Amino acid sequence: MTDPVLILLYIFVFPGFFFLFAYALFLSYLDRKIAARMQQRVGPPFWQPFADFIKMLGKEVINPDGVDVKVFDAIPLVALAAVMTAFIYVPVIGLSPVAFSGDLVVVLYLMTLPTLALFLLGWLSRNIFSAIGGIRAVTQLFIYEVPFFLALLTPAVMAGSWSISEIVVWQQHNLWLVFLQPIGFVVALIGLQAKLERTPFDIPEAETEIVAGPWTELTGRRLALMHLTSEVSLVTGSALIAALFLGGPLLPWTLSPVWLNVAAGFGLFLAKTLAVLLILSSITVATGRLRIDQLNDIGWKYIASVALVQVGIVLVINYLWVTP
Amino acid sequence: MPEVVVPIGPQHPALKEPVNFRVIADGEKIVRLELDLSYNHRGIEKAAEQRNFIRILPLLERVCGICSHSHSTVFAKGIEEIMGIEIPPRARYIRTIIAELERMHSHLLWLGVAAHEIGFNTLFMWTWRDREAVQDTLEEMSGNRVHYNMNEIGGVRCDLTPVQVEAALARLPNLEERIKKYMDMVNSEETLLIRFRGVGRMSKAEALKFGAVGPTARASGVDYDARRDDPYLAYAEVPWNVVTDNQGDVYGRTRVRVGELWESIQIIRFCLENLPAGPVRTDAPKNAPKGEIFSRYEAPRGELAHYIRTNGTDKAERVDIRSPTLANWTSVAMCLINQNLADLPVIVAAIDPCVSCTCRMVVVNQKGSTNKTNSPDTGVAVRDLGSRLSRRRP
Repeated sequence: MTDPVLILLYIFVFPGFFFLFAYALFLSYLDRKIAARMQQRVGPPFWQPFADFIKMLGKEVINPDGVDVKVFDAIPLVALAAVMTAFIYVPVIGLSPVAFSGDLVVVLYLMTLPTLALFLLGWLSRNIFSAIGGIRAVTQLFIYEVPFFLALLTPAVMAGSWSISEIVVWQQHNLWLVFLQPIGFVVALIGLQAKLERTPFDIPEAETEIVAGPWTELTGRRLALMHLTSEVSLVTGSALIAALFLGGPLLPWTLSPVWLNVAAGFGLFLAKTLAVLLILSSITVATGRLRIDQLNDIGWKYIASVALVQVGIVLVINYLWVTP
Repeated sequence: MPEVVVPIGPQHPALKEPVNFRVIADGEKIVRLELDLSYNHRGIEKAAEQRNFIRILPLLERVCGICSHSHSTVFAKGIEEIMGIEIPPRARYIRTIIAELERMHSHLLWLGVAAHEIGFNTLFMWTWRDREAVQDTLEEMSGNRVHYNMNEIGGVRCDLTPVQVEAALARLPNLEERIKKYMDMVNSEETLLIRFRGVGRMSKAEALKFGAVGPTARASGVDYDARRDDPYLAYAEVPWNVVTDNQGDVYGRTRVRVGELWESIQIIRFCLENLPAGPVRTDAPKNAPKGEIFSRYEAPRGELAHYIRTNGTDKAERVDIRSPTLANWTSVAMCLINQNLADLPVIVAAIDPCVSCTCRMVVVNQKGSTNKTNSPDTGVAVRDLGSRLSRRRP
């Protein structure tokens, strides 16, 4: 796939922005529906996230007094652009055509941007709830980011490559990394949950304490775009974990017609991201919110140490296996 | 970080009713709390003085949306004592059944709210679903889900048919099972323990000093329950236990309330199975003789007191309502100091505050240091709308 038209189609239509947009809203629906059924509620209809998105786009945009409107408008766009760009490097149907060696680092960096965007929004909102929420978002970032990065870099260490696609290929020839690095997989899931600010890590937007945290002053299309950002982050994050730990969209063998191979890969991608989503939704339903000081304790004492242990194990395995 | 003022209320997602806290926080630690009560002052006491005894009960029921039966029962009980009439045993039992059903739906609601305050929405959804069974029973018995209007001076408005009794008894086993489940969850669910244990701790001495009542006081080991210590209705004839706990924190208050849910079920079952036969009303005189009474009642949130003064007419000369939440506010303000900002909602929720019922006139002497609603060493300032209104009067 080196034809520029095909690459443009890949980026903008499938599995790029259009598909990503639809799939993000679908996952959001599924997430809400799963949670609702577990809580013995009915849950939203299928089109609800899409209807919400359209409705919010059409709503009035309110500018709080003294807020820099241009920056306020730009931040949600930057955050959305960052996570959408990150998705292009994650394998969906076969390997990504724009993959390069080192794209894992780029994806991790791009996925951090929404949190920073939230902090900036909170700080710029000139609202006490937003400011506290923004500070909490960044405090939380410092807690979960280290174990999350460590957990996602261990596959790279084991596969000997900083490219997501090459890690997927390595898994095709060897074994899914979830079996080789179960600890890393668990830490990565916890980190992703924290990155997406879902319960028990919804500290920055704790409704009952600080209204909506950094989201408090967001209205209209800014709110719509930030919601879309977190939904796209959910897709990108679960796709990343599916690629790094669950073997991504590659089968261990090649099917004869090319389209069948691609379709099977896409099916695998759907199945694996939905599995990750199911785990994340279950965590959301089963827990309440932690306090920021409790998260600090748990994050640094246990999650970070466990992630380090995983790195150590991987280094030992590499030494025993790879070095002749 | 320097001290910041976090305004909580009058409109805020953590609050179900309007009250205003100004929380002065140092980073995430609460330094001080300023309470602004009586945002929603409704003048119920004055309105009560202008209605005769038949029309006053529906009014008093509307003091509170949750403990509506409590307010009408405590008034009816007091005025019947002044009139010197005794209600039939069947009416006493029916009042007890409604009172305990009310306690159950109140505590189930509270458990859900407390879980919601810590972001644990699953428990919130579950308890509110189970609460529907209690609400359905109440609706079957009285025709209403919230304001049952069961009381009349001299008895209850309507009788229970055998079908209603059967239907109510049939719902109890399932509720019992659910409450057992909640008991397990409260004692073993990590996500609840981590947010409830050691939060908002209050010793027995402090609970007594700040005049806490109800489950809030019982969670600190204060063994007092108006149902046992000043028995009324059928409570002296029913076997039941006062639930206390010595934890003194939000965890303890949760355990007390879940324990009381269990006791309520046993009381309801006993009353339904041993419902005496006979009439449900006696004729009450139109006028009450001159007199005064302090009527006490254990509402779901704690001890509720009505002071009633009559002057020989068909109206009360003065009705003074002391709702349990008013007694508990001071202890909340005390518990909050040095706690984490994130624990504020759950500590406030732990007394099960009922704000509109509490909005009374509070006279605060702002010039001197004496202050009738709180003691100065708690670091609380009660700035009260009612007091401002009263100062404006000639």
